[in-house]
Amino acid sequence: MSDPRRTVLFSAHKSLNARIVEFAGWEMPVQYMGVIAESRAVRESAGMFDVSHMGRAWFRGERVREFLELVTTNDIAKMEDGGSHYSLLCYPNGTCVDDVMVYRVSGGVFRMVINAANREKDLEWMRSQNRHDVVIAEETFETVMIAVQGPKASEIVQGISEEKILETERFHTVQCTTAGAPAFAARTGYTGEDGFELILPTDHAEEVWQALLDAGVTPCGLAARDVLRVEAGLPLYGNELSDKINPIESGLGWVCSKGKEFIGSEEINRMREDGPPRKLVGIRMETKIVPREGYPVLRDGARIGTVSSGVYSPTFECGIAFAFVETEHAKLKQPCSVEIRGKPHPAMVVSKRFMKGR
Amino acid sequence: MNIPDDLKYTKTHEWIRLEGSVATIGITDYAQSELGDIVYVELPEAGRILAVGDTFGTVESVKTVSDVYAPVSGEVVETNPELESASELLNQEPYGEGWMVKIRMDGDVPDALTADAYRTLLETE
Repeated sequence: MSDPRRTVLFSAHKSLNARIVEFAGWEMPVQYMGVIAESRAVRESAGMFDVSHMGRAWFRGERVREFLELVTTNDIAKMEDGGSHYSLLCYPNGTCVDDVMVYRVSGGVFRMVINAANREKDLEWMRSQNRHDVVIAEETFETVMIAVQGPKASEIVQGISEEKILETERFHTVQCTTAGAPAFAARTGYTGEDGFELILPTDHAEEVWQALLDAGVTPCGLAARDVLRVEAGLPLYGNELSDKINPIESGLGWVCSKGKEFIGSEEINRMREDGPPRKLVGIRMETKIVPREGYPVLRDGARIGTVSSGVYSPTFECGIAFAFVETEHAKLKQPCSVEIRGKPHPAMVVSKRFMKGR
Repeated sequence: MNIPDDLKYTKTHEWIRLEGSVATIGITDYAQSELGDIVYVELPEAGRILAVGDTFGTVESVKTVSDVYAPVSGEVVETNPELESASELLNQEPYGEGWMVKIRMDGDVPDALTADAYRTLLETE
């Protein structure tokens, strides 16, 4: 293994006393003042995450839309200039290479954000499918990405930007000047809150980070990011999606177009018609005990599924999780239990969009 | 790192406060800081008999789960009732309101470290 990479904000994280961990080959801040305080800052005000470790690439060419329709599951044709959407890269057997964000800059120019752990695999996969003369140019190391999230996040980003950006709709993007930096700002995120995700040239990273700190934004680490995405019902590749899971099982049929052929569409449509053998559900514990990945989900003493991701939820003050359970046991608002250290702990099968019931 | 001089310590980061034959046990400031936000604590029933090294409780933080070991042998005479609803006391006051159990000892305290020895141990961690 080579030495872990550092984002250009590494020294900024160190000076904030962040606890650093290695993640997907990067040394990343896992927490600053504490997971609970950081999660609350995002739910109540504004927090920011250095997500520069995520892969980023440009896609250019006359046939770029045709190419993206083939390799991604969502409808490229429905996206306007300045639009974006969540999508999947799939294998011919319908399982996932990765989940991605796709941004349309113009008819012939797109951008994509991919998972850090899958960066090389995704680019290799897409290049192997490229018979459309699309230029795929990775920009991970020339840019940084800062996600600013929370009810006050957009207002704060507006406050340090020259252009009017507050009118930008959800899942739309705007080019702006933020703390003096040329920024690509997308009204998207991974927390269930409003906010912008900013892609910036590396040489402006520290001044934008500092301007956001000065504006009162709380720096948040990867641990809070994981808590917030589970509370918001958002999947993580490797847990809720993988090369062993059909997206229909994960409840992601809504990002798999029924109106086009794409790599994996045959198997995905087959499972959509036949019904999945297991389904991803939400699990809510009666106590603060944490139902962690891999723990068995039980009903009437028999195993009905397995936890795929679980956290302590500061918003709901109890343990919450996603679990794959046998389809016949996937009905919501039914009791179940999670086996934790050999003992069953009472819980409830609920919608995985926990924040909707806030 | 707060390491009060009047307590004894273990290599597994428990502290011991001795008052006559009763030992009050908790986890150290270092332990709580390594664990991060603590959200769930499992404690033994009063009356349970523990031998040195027995797992008597579990501390669960947002990050991980950690066992807590009995540094003395004897009978559990009291557990901290506050921890069920306020596990954050372990983070906020590890040597005070965040105590975990009281054990009536049936022997000496084996292998306990002084505050200085524990401080030296942490320097090498």
